[in-house]
Amino acid sequence: MNKLLSIKNLNKVYYNKQEETEAIKDISFDLYEGEFVSIVGPSGCGKSTLLNILTNMDSLTKGTVEFNGDLKLGYMLQSDSMLSWKKVIDNALLGLEIKKEKTEENINYVEYLFKKYGLAEFMDKRPFELSGGMRQRVALIRTLALKPDILILDEPFSKLDYQSRLKVSDDVYKIIKKEKVSALMVTHDLAEAISISDRVIVLSDRPCEIKNIYKIKREKDGSPIENRKDKNFAYYYDLIWKDLAYHE
Amino acid sequence: MSKEHKEYLKKYKREKIIVIFFQIFILVGFLVLWEVLSKYEIINPFIFSSPSRILTTIKNLYLNYDLICHILTTLYETLIAFILGITLSFIIAIILYEFKTLNKIVDPYLTMLNSLPKVALGPLIIIISGANTKSIIVMALLINLIVGIMSIYNGFNNIDKDLIKLFKTFNASRLDILLKLTIPASYKTIISSLKLNISMTLIGVIMGEFLVSKSGIGYLIIYGTQVFNLDMVMSGIVLLVIISFVLYKIITYIEKKLLK
Repeated sequence: MNKLLSIKNLNKVYYNKQEETEAIKDISFDLYEGEFVSIVGPSGCGKSTLLNILTNMDSLTKGTVEFNGDLKLGYMLQSDSMLSWKKVIDNALLGLEIKKEKTEENINYVEYLFKKYGLAEFMDKRPFELSGGMRQRVALIRTLALKPDILILDEPFSKLDYQSRLKVSDDVYKIIKKEKVSALMVTHDLAEAISISDRVIVLSDRPCEIKNIYKIKREKDGSPIENRKDKNFAYYYDLIWKDLAYHE
Repeated sequence: MSKEHKEYLKKYKREKIIVIFFQIFILVGFLVLWEVLSKYEIINPFIFSSPSRILTTIKNLYLNYDLICHILTTLYETLIAFILGITLSFIIAIILYEFKTLNKIVDPYLTMLNSLPKVALGPLIIIISGANTKSIIVMALLINLIVGIMSIYNGFNNIDKDLIKLFKTFNASRLDILLKLTIPASYKTIISSLKLNISMTLIGVIMGEFLVSKSGIGYLIIYGTQVFNLDMVMSGIVLLVIISFVLYKIITYIEKKLLK
């Protein structure tokens, strides 16, 4: 498989007046084409910092981040924030508008995604008229509109209630697989990470280091909801749970 | 329509009638009481005037003193200062929001300027701008600018941080964020600040007219005081109450239209 992203010995230190805080310590891992990798760890351990560094919104202190070629990243944030004064479709086109890539072809692609994922009738609505789950899917389309090679997801479902969370993560997973995007997701929900990913990276508490990387083996790969019923699910859950509980 | 719904509407209407009734009752009661107290000289009619004397004075002002011209002068000054104030507040708020370091540098000076009673600058303004309309507008600007800048700036600061982050994930430039997020997102705040601004502007204009003017409602009040014609002073105040009420209503109406 083709290696898309390679992170080597990444370190991040924050400075303020009183002290310096080590946020990330010596993290190295790779991401391969078509792969879905999840990163789990205690809250506040620096997972989001890691994503911010990958997407160039924060700087690294030491180490390297290498992309295999000129890859496009799509960043899907925790909140499905939308501009309340714009129609849903225009919100989905926002990334294209800012990047000045709002070509007819790209607009068609976004409309196609709306239709494909059951949102066609909501295109001309205002964001507040949509449910949390729908908004999350629109946020995904907004990110996919830029045709990213790697999708970066920062706790994308954490603001949804449990029921919609299962449903939406299932939908989002299917969309990501269909559009053949590689994904790197940060979450604190172990079950979500195990059911959705090919690999799970477990991070320690601050400063965050890699504790373990698990390649998730299943009897049969299915959708995240099906994967929760897999024989090995409880096994991985237990392993990762112990990894995380170790520090407390 | 269900019976309950009708009940609800009835209750709603009744409450509205009660409110309007008492509003009118208070106004009429006040005017009647004033008139009676003044007529029987329980309060000094020379100082406190009376509604009937005020009406006569206003009629007299209209016939002999070109009242319309005075009202128009005040309105004209208010309008100019208001539009200038809003525009400048908007521009300055953007500059302060966009250039954080500049903001930190000028912060103590703005605080000083804000706490300074602006009327103290009056004499200085007259010397610099001359005893004319320009001084009055400068005075009004001094008063409405700070409030305008603060409310618009706070609007900018209250924008959802997640939205700013979202724009950054698209590598948006600062200009993009300003034009596509900051300004449209604060549209409501800016519109709401108009109401506060119009009252502040009127205060500034009247203060300016007290200092330099040759016409306007403020001038009538000052002139009335100088010739010890308190009926004229009272009439000026009443006219001012009416003008500020009407202006406020107009702005509220515009606000409603714009926010629809």
